[in-house]
Amino acid sequence: MIQARGLTKRFKSTLAVDDLTFDVLPGRVTGFLGPNGSGKSTTMRLALGLDRPTTGTATVNGHLYRELRWPLNEVGALLEVGALHSGRRARDHLRWLARTNAIPLARADEALELVGLASAAARRAGTLSLGMRQRLGIAAALLGDPSTLLFDEPVNGLDPEGIVWVRTLLKSLASEGRTVLVSSHLMSEMALTADHLVVIGRGRLIADASVEEFVRRATVGWTRVVAPDRDRLREALERARADVVLADDGALEVRGVEAARVGELAHHAGIVLHELTPRHASLEEAYMDLTAGSVEYHAPHSGEARR
Amino acid sequence: MSEVPPAAVVAGAAPSPDRSGVSELSDAVAAEWMKLRSLRSSSITFTGAFVSMLGVSALVCWAVAHHYASQPPFEQAVERVTLDASFLSVSGIFLAQLPIGVLGVLMMSSEFATGLVRASFTAVPRRMTLLAAKAIVFVVVSFLIGSAGSFTSFAIGQSVLATQGIQTTLGAPGVLRAVIGGGCYLPVLGLLGLGLGAMIRRTAGGVAALFGLLLVLPVIASVLPAPWGPDIQEYLPNQAGSALLHASGGSDVLAPWTGFGVFCAYAAVALAAGALLVQRRDA
Repeated sequence: MIQARGLTKRFKSTLAVDDLTFDVLPGRVTGFLGPNGSGKSTTMRLALGLDRPTTGTATVNGHLYRELRWPLNEVGALLEVGALHSGRRARDHLRWLARTNAIPLARADEALELVGLASAAARRAGTLSLGMRQRLGIAAALLGDPSTLLFDEPVNGLDPEGIVWVRTLLKSLASEGRTVLVSSHLMSEMALTADHLVVIGRGRLIADASVEEFVRRATVGWTRVVAPDRDRLREALERARADVVLADDGALEVRGVEAARVGELAHHAGIVLHELTPRHASLEEAYMDLTAGSVEYHAPHSGEARR
Repeated sequence: MSEVPPAAVVAGAAPSPDRSGVSELSDAVAAEWMKLRSLRSSSITFTGAFVSMLGVSALVCWAVAHHYASQPPFEQAVERVTLDASFLSVSGIFLAQLPIGVLGVLMMSSEFATGLVRASFTAVPRRMTLLAAKAIVFVVVSFLIGSAGSFTSFAIGQSVLATQGIQTTLGAPGVLRAVIGGGCYLPVLGLLGLGLGAMIRRTAGGVAALFGLLLVLPVIASVLPAPWGPDIQEYLPNQAGSALLHASGGSDVLAPWTGFGVFCAYAAVALAAGALLVQRRDA
């Protein structure tokens, strides 16, 4: 279990992590979501004792990381930039790591086998592709068979097959009762992998909820209506301050008014409806909506175009 | 905290919950030794240092013997008295110190450059243990290589000088100490590099600082006017450290162990400052 309590990190003038409090529980995959630069990597580094929090704490199984006596047996981490020396062979990289925590050296080959890198064991890290280095990083995280795992953007650089493999791996690790925290800036990826979401923007907690709850709470649902007398319906809806957009197939997409209200308005105006369908936002839309105000870097007009 | 106790799935024997600082340090030392061994650049550097020490020492002795042979008898008599045959035969250490010092810097700076330091700190969260492990491995390896290089250079150099009958032996006053000093000089220099690497974290900056201390400061001191220049020079790192390499002291060098102590103090200060910064800074 990972616990953040009032976790705050300030780098000179910027507040990278701002008073985060959340728990990452065992037995499920927790997606750690946020736009680029929102503080995900910093939070993970704080949990691993690499950076010191300005205030607050991050603990693993109730302990500060720096207090762990056998860290690799408790926590496995894949960090964003490959923490590798390009001149060292893949197997040697895992062997020295194993040695620091008195893990049997044979475990290095097992871990390579586990991530499908057995044939590359004798290759120097610098000659490995980005995807292979990512797999080597995952092997390093699994080395001590830890009960808690942190993966920072694990699918970066992986091919489609590799992405599916990571998803399966994350789920099976969680189903074994381990605590799994996976960061990503892609909602679509988390939609397929995570059971629970912790969403941050500009270092602040935006949501800590199950995937279903997250979508339900998002405010961006809309209603699709089809009516023969489209123009009159549109007038009636707009009079009720709804936001109406004409879809390509001639249907109307109505936002700002609930589906039931759309039906009532049509009834009062005596308009026949052929279709009235409430639509929930996709996870992607819900995420965009929630993080819209907290994107650190965006192209000049993309924000406006979305609204 | 997890439903599945880690012990059930751990590959090897479950480690004892208590772990002494000694076990942590000895595991970290073993791991640092594996790290050093698993890079081609380390063995190339150590071999390069060893070979250059032998080669330069032999060359210096050959040049001195050649010069001696061309001198008239009176000059030869003077030279016999002033010549430090032992020092000449280990003088290649002043070239060997460069790769060793750079490797010391790299022990730390390359970890920061590649991001490897994050893996090291997650595997060994107590950073002082990690730094101590690096220092121990480097001291042992460079002491062994330095000693082997020193004694071998001495043997080769003396056989070259013997062609003119101006050789010395390990039994002569100060000679054994000077040759052992050759083995002690390199590890201390390596620690100075390690400390600078930990402080500066960039290879280029660390190497520049090291070369500044070793090569540039003596040049600056040498152009200072009489009372200050020579006085300062004695206390500069490689001048102080090399006091131990002289079988017979001159007027411009500190006493052997005093000089070596000053040299060690430089390394200690650099290491302490590096340790403090490594402990405090975010990785």
